[in-house]
Amino acid sequence: MSWWTPQLTAIFWGMFQALVILLGVVLLGAVLTVVERRFLGLWQDRYGPNRVGPFGTLQLVADMLKIFFKEDWIPPFASRGLFLLAPVLAFASLLLSFLIIPITPGWGVADMHIGLLFFFALAGINVYSVLLGGWSSGNKYALLGALRASAQTLSYEVFMGLSLMGVVAMAGSFNMREIVAAQENLWFIIPQFFGFVTFLVAGVAVTHRAPFDQPEAEQELADGYHIEYSGMKFGMFFIGEYVGMVLVSALIVTLFFGGWHGPLLPPFVWFALKTSGFLLLFMLLRAALPRPRYDRVMSFGWKVCLPLTLINLLATGAVMLWVGA
Amino acid sequence: MDRNKHPIINTAYQLVPATGSLLRTLGTVFMHSFRKRETVSYPEESVYLPPRYRGRIILTRDPDGEERCVACNLCAVACPVDCISLQKAEQDDGRWYPEFFRINFSRCIFCGMCEEACPTSAIQLTPDFEMGEYDRQQLVYEKEDLLIDGPGKDHDYHFYKVAGMAIGGKDKGQAKDEEAPEDVRTLLP
Repeated sequence: MSWWTPQLTAIFWGMFQALVILLGVVLLGAVLTVVERRFLGLWQDRYGPNRVGPFGTLQLVADMLKIFFKEDWIPPFASRGLFLLAPVLAFASLLLSFLIIPITPGWGVADMHIGLLFFFALAGINVYSVLLGGWSSGNKYALLGALRASAQTLSYEVFMGLSLMGVVAMAGSFNMREIVAAQENLWFIIPQFFGFVTFLVAGVAVTHRAPFDQPEAEQELADGYHIEYSGMKFGMFFIGEYVGMVLVSALIVTLFFGGWHGPLLPPFVWFALKTSGFLLLFMLLRAALPRPRYDRVMSFGWKVCLPLTLINLLATGAVMLWVGA
Repeated sequence: MDRNKHPIINTAYQLVPATGSLLRTLGTVFMHSFRKRETVSYPEESVYLPPRYRGRIILTRDPDGEERCVACNLCAVACPVDCISLQKAEQDDGRWYPEFFRINFSRCIFCGMCEEACPTSAIQLTPDFEMGEYDRQQLVYEKEDLLIDGPGKDHDYHFYKVAGMAIGGKDKGQAKDEEAPEDVRTLLP
């Protein structure tokens, strides 16, 4: 077998890893829809879905069956092409960002030197999904939701990028594996605390999770940009939101909590534990915090978080120059 | 909040307590993980219904096992949704009883007005609400559906024993605590 070269083995191994990670993330996103409802129930002193299967474990299957067989309606007043494109973008852009997440020393889809920048680029593309979805629906509530979403996401992405620049400066690289390697002795949460806080806020905001879910505020906008979507197209928006949640949690763990580093337990277990901790935090935020008024969200982003990240970046740079000199 | 301060200091002043309040909220909500859940898993767990719960309506019998209802129609009059209908009939001994007694539970609002109006404690509401039916017609209860064997809530009450009405085997003035009827002719001058 002269044609079977070690390179080919590496390619197939890489493809296998990519497939496992892809399926794992999509499945996790789907499972989270039910897990979140159970946790919200727990924190609100009720049960949540507990009827289908033991402890409601088969609720996911029931939901999937329902959403697959729903009528997949495209409004006659919608602009068809964009209407079909938007959910695909919403789902794919966040899913693609998982390329850069290193899960364990041996596992991860791509080891790119642009690393973080790739995530920022795809987070930027993700805005288009909301914008196009809201615009092409031909519905004023959807448009208002899209308007809010794009304004909010754009302004929060400004300091999301800046909040991570401190991490990049300390690690000296955009490459995620090198960032994790730089945290072997000290997790970046300690020197980059304000970077962490602002990235957490920005992460919640770009995934449109409560309390930053103004774009889909049920009470005011009747679900915002995905109001006209039904069936699996809505499902893609919906799962996309949870994939975004997983993505931001994994990013926080990778960038601030030392990725897979940890004593005793194997690397994957540490990564999974830390990530699920942040997933829990995301759910807790939704269970606990009310939705602020829209202008407050904007002014908080521009007047508090942006200056904070700038000061953090300046201080990081100053300290690094001081230590380096 | 002191409005004269510099806007940056002002913001910082607001931000610190606001962050504390947010964290406290998160903590409070998280502590609910260890609370007992309020939900009653109804079909598996039975619901506690107080004894005076206003549920399924019954017709009771007096301690002797006779029907208490005297077909006075007060319940039907009191009913705000007109869901009770009945017809008076008379036994050989002079007792009144309903020839038919019909409650349409698809109309009934379980307000308990009939129970309050009833002079003989015949009609009573019970702590039972599990009366769902697939067929609306099944919700029309006839007398044999309503009538129970016991006295219900008012154990010892026996209308004909305390009422002044004469029936077979009991004349006027023979009821409990009842004085003999006044002989009006003795009052004549």
